[in-house]
Amino acid sequence: MKLTVWTYEGPPHVGAMRIATAMKGVHYVLHAPQGDTYADLLFTMIERRNHRPPVTYTTFQARDLGADTAELFKTAARDAFERYRPEAMIVGASCTAELIQDDPGGLAKAIGLSIPVLPLDLPSYQKKENWGAAETFYQLVRALVDQSVDRPPRLAGDRPRCNILGPTALGFRHRDDLLEVKRLLRRLGVDVNVTAPLDATPDDLRRLSAADFNVVLYPEIAGAAAAWLERTVGQPAVRTVPIGVGATRDFIEEVARVAGVDPSSALEDCATRLPWWSRSVDSTYLTGKRVFIFGDATHAIAAARVASEELGFEVVGLGAYNREFAREVRAAAEKLGLTALITDDYLEVERAIADLQPELVLGSQMERHIAKRLRIPCAVISAPSHVQDFPARYSPQMGFEGANVLFDTWVHPLVMGLEEHLLSMFRDDFEFNDEAGPSHLGHGAPPASPAPAAPVTSALTWSSEAQAELAKIPFFVRGKARRNTEAFAQERGIDQIQLETLYDARSHFSR
Amino acid sequence: MTTLLDTLSRRSQPSPARGREVLRERGQREVFCGLTGIVWLHRKIQDAFFLVVGSRTCAHLIQSAAGVMVFAEPRFATAIMEERDLAGLADANEELDRVVDELLARRPEIRMLFLVGSCPSEVIKLDLSRAAQRLSKKHAPDLRVINYSGSGIETTFTQGEDACLAALAPEAPVAPAGAPPSLLVVGALPDIVEDQFRRLFADLGIPRVDFFPPRRSGDMPPIGPSTRFLLAQPFLGDTAQQLEARGAVRLPALFPFGVEGTTAWLKAAADAWGVAPATFAAVVGPGQERGRRAVERHRAALEGKRLFLFPDSQLEPSLGRFLARELGMTLIEIGTPYLNRTLLAQELDALPEGVVLSEGQDVDRQLDRCRAARPDLVVCGLGLANPLEAEGIATKWSIELVFSPVHGFDQAGDLAGLFARPLRRHALLRV
Repeated sequence: MKLTVWTYEGPPHVGAMRIATAMKGVHYVLHAPQGDTYADLLFTMIERRNHRPPVTYTTFQARDLGADTAELFKTAARDAFERYRPEAMIVGASCTAELIQDDPGGLAKAIGLSIPVLPLDLPSYQKKENWGAAETFYQLVRALVDQSVDRPPRLAGDRPRCNILGPTALGFRHRDDLLEVKRLLRRLGVDVNVTAPLDATPDDLRRLSAADFNVVLYPEIAGAAAAWLERTVGQPAVRTVPIGVGATRDFIEEVARVAGVDPSSALEDCATRLPWWSRSVDSTYLTGKRVFIFGDATHAIAAARVASEELGFEVVGLGAYNREFAREVRAAAEKLGLTALITDDYLEVERAIADLQPELVLGSQMERHIAKRLRIPCAVISAPSHVQDFPARYSPQMGFEGANVLFDTWVHPLVMGLEEHLLSMFRDDFEFNDEAGPSHLGHGAPPASPAPAAPVTSALTWSSEAQAELAKIPFFVRGKARRNTEAFAQERGIDQIQLETLYDARSHFSR
Repeated sequence: MTTLLDTLSRRSQPSPARGREVLRERGQREVFCGLTGIVWLHRKIQDAFFLVVGSRTCAHLIQSAAGVMVFAEPRFATAIMEERDLAGLADANEELDRVVDELLARRPEIRMLFLVGSCPSEVIKLDLSRAAQRLSKKHAPDLRVINYSGSGIETTFTQGEDACLAALAPEAPVAPAGAPPSLLVVGALPDIVEDQFRRLFADLGIPRVDFFPPRRSGDMPPIGPSTRFLLAQPFLGDTAQQLEARGAVRLPALFPFGVEGTTAWLKAAADAWGVAPATFAAVVGPGQERGRRAVERHRAALEGKRLFLFPDSQLEPSLGRFLARELGMTLIEIGTPYLNRTLLAQELDALPEGVVLSEGQDVDRQLDRCRAARPDLVVCGLGLANPLEAEGIATKWSIELVFSPVHGFDQAGDLAGLFARPLRRHALLRV
């Protein structure tokens, strides 16, 4: 058993729902107890979908367990087929139904539907949402792709064709990333054969094999399917995730290489303002801002590169909650001289952030709550999603426009350069009350806790003079000043921090 | 003043309305399970912690159901069972002890721990009652450990609160024999509503009033034959049975939704204490007046509008009664996951003729009926609301009805407002 306060990922059948809901003409019959229908609201409320997910739940109750839950499943599958007339059906069990071992696959086969019925085996007690999505997509691709379709030989002058794999329902900005990536491909002169799973039909999956190569937008979702297509149908996969200016350029070059086209016109596209925004003088205050990054592996790794190379931040922590991609995250962290934090324990992430006292947190909605509590600015870069992560406006993470979005959303929570200048100019002004906090941290945010956090070692104390001086330091660097001073004092065996200690530490740590 | 209650109590039993035909449905039930109740119960009992023994689905449900990721470290959590727990590689009791120790180390201020059973823990027959006993003994006297099931195979949404309170009732001290009669109000209410009721009962001259569940686990009210209790919520059947088993006597009444319901509910207590009608009228008069005025403001938006209620919280018959009788809405169908005819006897009698009552659910068929009826307003769960709105049907999400203060005179207007707002919005928007 694992004590869990919040979870980053839902169970694997929710991942399967994300695939079924993304697609058209697929229905998911889920053997599940009453209550598991809560998952519908993820799509109808968080993503504001205007249709119920194409999922039929058996919603068995205790009294059914004594009777015939298998019959219940068959009835549900038959009724779902009659009512919704899908082109393909996926069947499976949620965590509870897995325990009663009714074999939804066998039962569905027994009723003899005229459409492909795909049994899903998603071990609920081992795996999680992303894995469930990847497995479902892989199984669907494997079952439906027509391997006999030979790619027509490409004649000179034919445009190369690719599939875009990975966007799902309830995906973090998948809707907009897709448009951005299609724009890049168009610019490169590459046609899109099929996009899947988002808006794809079973027939679309059948003709995946007609493309020359695959673009994997989200390795968490499409990695397994793309690997199988590579092995079986011989389609190479483009795996660079185009988040950030540098990665978008790399993506363009990789696509150009695989497709055999010239990347130069796409590379010259000046749609991104990030490079200049980052070089303009107001941005100098961004230099070396200490940033903590946590999310799914793909978004966290991409964010680390953008933060360090394109915004000039110092990445002080990097981690991900999906262990399946721990290797990649560890490698990215190592390059930055860090040890990756691989955990799905929210409390562990909270401890890491509290210890590191970063100036900016880039994380999921969970980290947003941690940051709010610790009064650290935060921007959201990754699922798990919240209704706010489905903005009405166009807001991709990928491509050149995505880079613009990253610049704005990461920099706006920070105190702007000019504002920072004014803060230090007026910090001793009697009318300047920084306890109220900056306006951009949200209206009605409670004032910073006046009680200082416990020092690193309990033996350490602050003289009242030093304490008062600490309070004069603007709140957004106060935590760092405090931590540095205490570390400095501790190293030197100082028990009580005096005014001098504070300034000695400051000179010691000044960059 | 002749109240509705007076009228009702003169009726012979069984009343014709109680023989009302009920459409019983079995199919997909689009409802939450009882674990959802933890979201409001943990706010009510301020030194209690709710530990669900379940799966990742349970944890995901609770955090998704109410969008409750606002409490950085809430007083609920899930002990997620993993492969080794199921394969018997780990001893469930040892694992539970370890998790509880871990929890208590983080939250030493917790005085009451609920071990909440889930679908998977019920299916593998994990005996949480024995675990609770063992852990209670181990951590006595600082911590009491109680268990109940909020599993979807046994409980629907608000039944989780019923199961919780039914498990809590035996923990209450026994009222000494010959104790003077005391009033117990049963059901988790927001503190502000409790305080309003407390003032009204004091003004009526009822000397001792307790609320159950208490705000702190140490303040459990004594319960015994001298206890008269009012249910504040219609879904507390098992809790009522537990209280009755200890000799407490239920005061049947309409539930305190709207002016009429609140009046009847208070009257039931007033009658039990022999409060003079003039005193009663004087005490409740100002609240009634305020309530009527507040409700009246929403009448224009709701009168004559046709209402369809999907099953969710078991509040549906009471809400239907309020909306039909005090706001003039026309009821098409009242769905409820479970119909307790005893507790709802007064409510069923008060419902207008012609409304379809349905118990249980086959959501696809119910949606067919709903679409065919083209109601002006649908009360339904979060999974159905946006899809119906996209079809042009105004909806009110039912979960708000259990999270918001809606009981009593001073919330009657707010309660009406919850239903009027979607219609006002539909009328306002020009996009």
